[in-house]
Formats: sequence, structure tokens, C-alpha cells
Amino acid sequence: MIETRQITKRYGDLVAVDGISFKVESGQVLGFLGPNGAGKSTTMKIVAGFLAPTSGSATVAGFDVETQPLQAKRALGYLPEGAPSYGEMNVREFLNFIADARELRGDARDQRIDDVVGRLHLEAVLEQPIDTLSKGFKRRVGLAGAILHDPKVLILDEPTDGLDPNQKQEVRTLINSMARDKTIIISTHLLEEVHAVCTRAIIIANGRILADATPAELEARSRYHQAVSLTATSVQAAKEALARVADIAAIEVDPQDNRITAFPKPGRSIFVAVGDALKAQGVVVRELALEAGRLDEVFRTITLGAVGPEART
Amino acid sequence: MNGTRTIFKRELRSYFATPVAYVFIVIFLLLSGAFTFYIGDFYERGQADLQPFFNFHPWLYLFLVPAVSMRLWAEERKSGTIELLLTLPVTMWQVVFGKFLAAWTFIAIALVLTFPLWLTVNYLGSPDNGVIFASYLGSLLMAGAFLAIGSCISATTRNQVVAFILTVVICFLLLLAGFPLVLDFFRAFAPQGVVDAIAGLSFLTHFASIGKGVIDLRDLIYFVLMIAVWLYATAVVIDMKKAA
Repeated sequence: MIETRQITKRYGDLVAVDGISFKVESGQVLGFLGPNGAGKSTTMKIVAGFLAPTSGSATVAGFDVETQPLQAKRALGYLPEGAPSYGEMNVREFLNFIADARELRGDARDQRIDDVVGRLHLEAVLEQPIDTLSKGFKRRVGLAGAILHDPKVLILDEPTDGLDPNQKQEVRTLINSMARDKTIIISTHLLEEVHAVCTRAIIIANGRILADATPAELEARSRYHQAVSLTATSVQAAKEALARVADIAAIEVDPQDNRITAFPKPGRSIFVAVGDALKAQGVVVRELALEAGRLDEVFRTITLGAVGPEART
Repeated sequence: MNGTRTIFKRELRSYFATPVAYVFIVIFLLLSGAFTFYIGDFYERGQADLQPFFNFHPWLYLFLVPAVSMRLWAEERKSGTIELLLTLPVTMWQVVFGKFLAAWTFIAIALVLTFPLWLTVNYLGSPDNGVIFASYLGSLLMAGAFLAIGSCISATTRNQVVAFILTVVICFLLLLAGFPLVLDFFRAFAPQGVVDAIAGLSFLTHFASIGKGVIDLRDLIYFVLMIAVWLYATAVVIDMKKAA
């Protein structure tokens, strides 16, 4: 479990984190979203015990990160931004060093090292100096170090940054497989990642929490939520047919691929009505889809400040 | 204590995993040899002792020790590994001490490798090995004090060049604290008591008195205190950076 109470971090006049409070329970994967410089990494560094907050407090697994740092650090696995590691060491030495620092011994130690090496596919590079590895491998070595002691609480700062799509998928599967009995926070720029791994998302900008909801709830805030998009052989005929549907608030045509999107009036469902209208007018439709909502659009609206009061928590 | 040992092991191994160790040891041995024989007139003096060898240690350390200490913290800060290190379940003290001990051990290894000189002088005559032992001890303690200063300076910056230069300057001032160059500056405005205190801080004075073969408790305490104070300052600096 992770809990923060009103943590604030000031650098002189600059307020990097401004009164952030949240609570993450075991079994949750919390995604931190926000523009660069929003305060995501700073918040994570404070929870990990690397930075001290100017005010406020944070606990990890019930231990205050400032007054009980060792207990908190024992319960925590942390992957810092950029996955730093000691370049001159080879992968095996690095994992052994982490195991020493985590006081892993005997069979349990060997078993844990074998486990993370297997999970992150590091077998082939075990004897290679970390400096000579590709960006993707470096990141995986960092991840291996973070989960080596099978921590109850995991904080991963951009865990999939620099990985190729296949590796991203593997890391997401890994996070999902660990999610059941752990408390996990990840930060990311990738909105599809929120879908893939997070049970909850917090959007941060200018050091403040602007939204705290499940990915589905966030999507529901999109104006694309419940919208219907389609492509038809005749754009003009399709537009005319759609004009007859009463619950449609607006119709947009993408000038590049002629894709038509119909936006419903708030709270209305138009999918069936659109289908009927098109059929009634004899419009030939090549494709028809119900939109779930677009996270990137929600993200933009929220972080650029154009949000209604209901979006603020 | 476990934490200290873990950090110590990693650090010491990393010296030998990079060219740092080999470059340092080779240069240290070459320079100390060259100074001893060419400038120190090892043979011409006609005395079986290692005085000319130890005389140059303060000046060798002045440049070589900061080259070792500059990376202690600055490199970790630059590469971001400091974040990894300080979020492991080890205390600040274990990290500060482990790193220092590793660097000190490394310099001790370089110092031990000068043993052929000791063999030589024992082959040529019958030197007072007690004095030689005391001088080695004094030299090691002085290296430790230089290192502790370097550790503190390195903790203040992420730039190794800055750490190197500042450490050299501070070590230089402390070396010469008993000499007019430094004392005249303070005499201009400070009372005699302060000037005397500064003179008492001189590395050279304490090193020279150990080198005479008299291991005075005061000289030992001086170096041990010097190390302790600067290591404490290192921890304070890192804590300040954490809260900054």
C-alpha cells in the first residue's frame, strides 16, 4: 500500500509538486500520466525516499518514508527514470550487488535471481558489461533489479521507455502478472499503456492532480465517447442520412480519409439510430464503429486546462 | 555493517573493472620512483632510509588522490545511479563509509606495491624499519584525509572536473596551513590564537612528525578526526541535496 498526504516539493520559487494526496491499495496498478515536467518523477522520487518533501508525508507498506526509511525501502522496488545502473559491471554482478544490498541469501537468493533473469530474458547477456548493452536490455536489467526481492510495492518510472513494441508488450505482461498481490505505480507517456496495464490513472499537471479515475471513466469524458464513426462510398449521402438522426450533436468529416464521425448529444446513444438511418436511406457503408472514447484527447483537454469543474478532484 | 561491506565490495571491484585502478597504480609507482631516485637523491645521500621516498608523498597525493575521489559521488549523480543507491535499504552512513573505505583500500594497495623500494633499502643497508613502518602509516592516514575531503567535495557537484579542482585547492591549502603562504593571509586580520590553530591543521607538520618514527597519539587523532569530520560533512551534503 502507498499513501501520500499533501506532499509538496519546492525548489526555490518553483513548485514541482503541489499538495498531492492519493492512496493505492494492493492489487491496484496506478498509472501516472502528465506532460513532461508535471511532477510525476518528483512525486515518485519522494515516495521512493530519494527526495525529501518540503511538506507532507508518504508511507510505503505502512512505513513512513522519512521516519522509517529502511523498512519502507525494504518493502519497495524502485526503477528510477532512465533505469540507471553501473555500466562497468556485468549483468550478473549487478544483480548480485542488488541481492547483497537486499540481504537475499542461500537458495532463496539463487531462486530469485534465476526468476528475474528468466522473466526478463537476460540469460544471453548475463556476462556482458551493462555499458555494452542496448537500451532495451539496460531497461530490463534495471527492472530486474527493481523486482529482485519480490517487493510488495513497486514504483516504476517509465518502465517501457526505449523498448521496441514486442519488448513493451512483454514488460506489460510482466506487470500484469505481478499486479495481483502488489501495489504498483508506473509513470508513462503512452496512453495505450494505461489501457494495457493500469486499473486506475492519475493525471498530473503543474504538480497537481487533475483527474483520478479508471481508464474507462477517463475515456467516458472524451467527446468521442459513444460517438459513431464510419466510412461510406458517398460522403454526401451519408451526411444527409445522419442529419435525420435527432440525437446527433455534430458531424465531422476527416479531410484525409473521408471518415465521418457523428457525436451524440450528452448522455444519448446513437449507434442503433445511425445504423437504421443509413439503412433507410440506402447508403452503402464500408465500415461502422462505436468509439469508446479517446484517452489522448481527454489527456489533452485535461492537461491544457480546458476542463469543467467535474474533471477536478 | 552488512550494507557497508556490500557497498565496499562493489566500489572496490569497480576500480579494477575500469582503467582507473591500473592508470593510478602505474602512475603512482612511476612518479614515486622517479621522485625518489632523481629528485630525492636516494643513492647520493648515502643513507639507508626511505626519507626521500616519503617526502614526496604529500605532493603526489595532492594530484592523485583527488583524481580518485572526484568520481565518488559526482559520477553517481551524473549517471543517476545515486538514485538507485540511496533507495536501497542501506543507511547513508553505510554508503558514505563503504565508498570511502573502498577508495582508501585501493590507495593502500598502491602504497603496498611500493614494497620493492623497502626491499632495496634493506638490501643496501640496515634502515630503521620502525621509522619506515611509521612513515607508511602516516602516508596512509594522510591519503585517507585527502580522500575524505575529496569525498565531501565530490558530493557537492555532478561535475567531476569541478570536484577535482576544488579538492586540489583545499588539499593544497591544508598541506601548507603551517607555512607563511597561508598564515600571512590570516595574520592580516585574525588573532594569534586563530593563526596558531590554522597552523596546527597543517598536513605536512603532522605527516613529518609521524615520519620521524614517533607515532604521537596527537598526530593519529589529527588524521582520524580529519577523516571523520569530512565524512560527516559528506553525509550532511548528501542529506542537504535530498531536501534541496
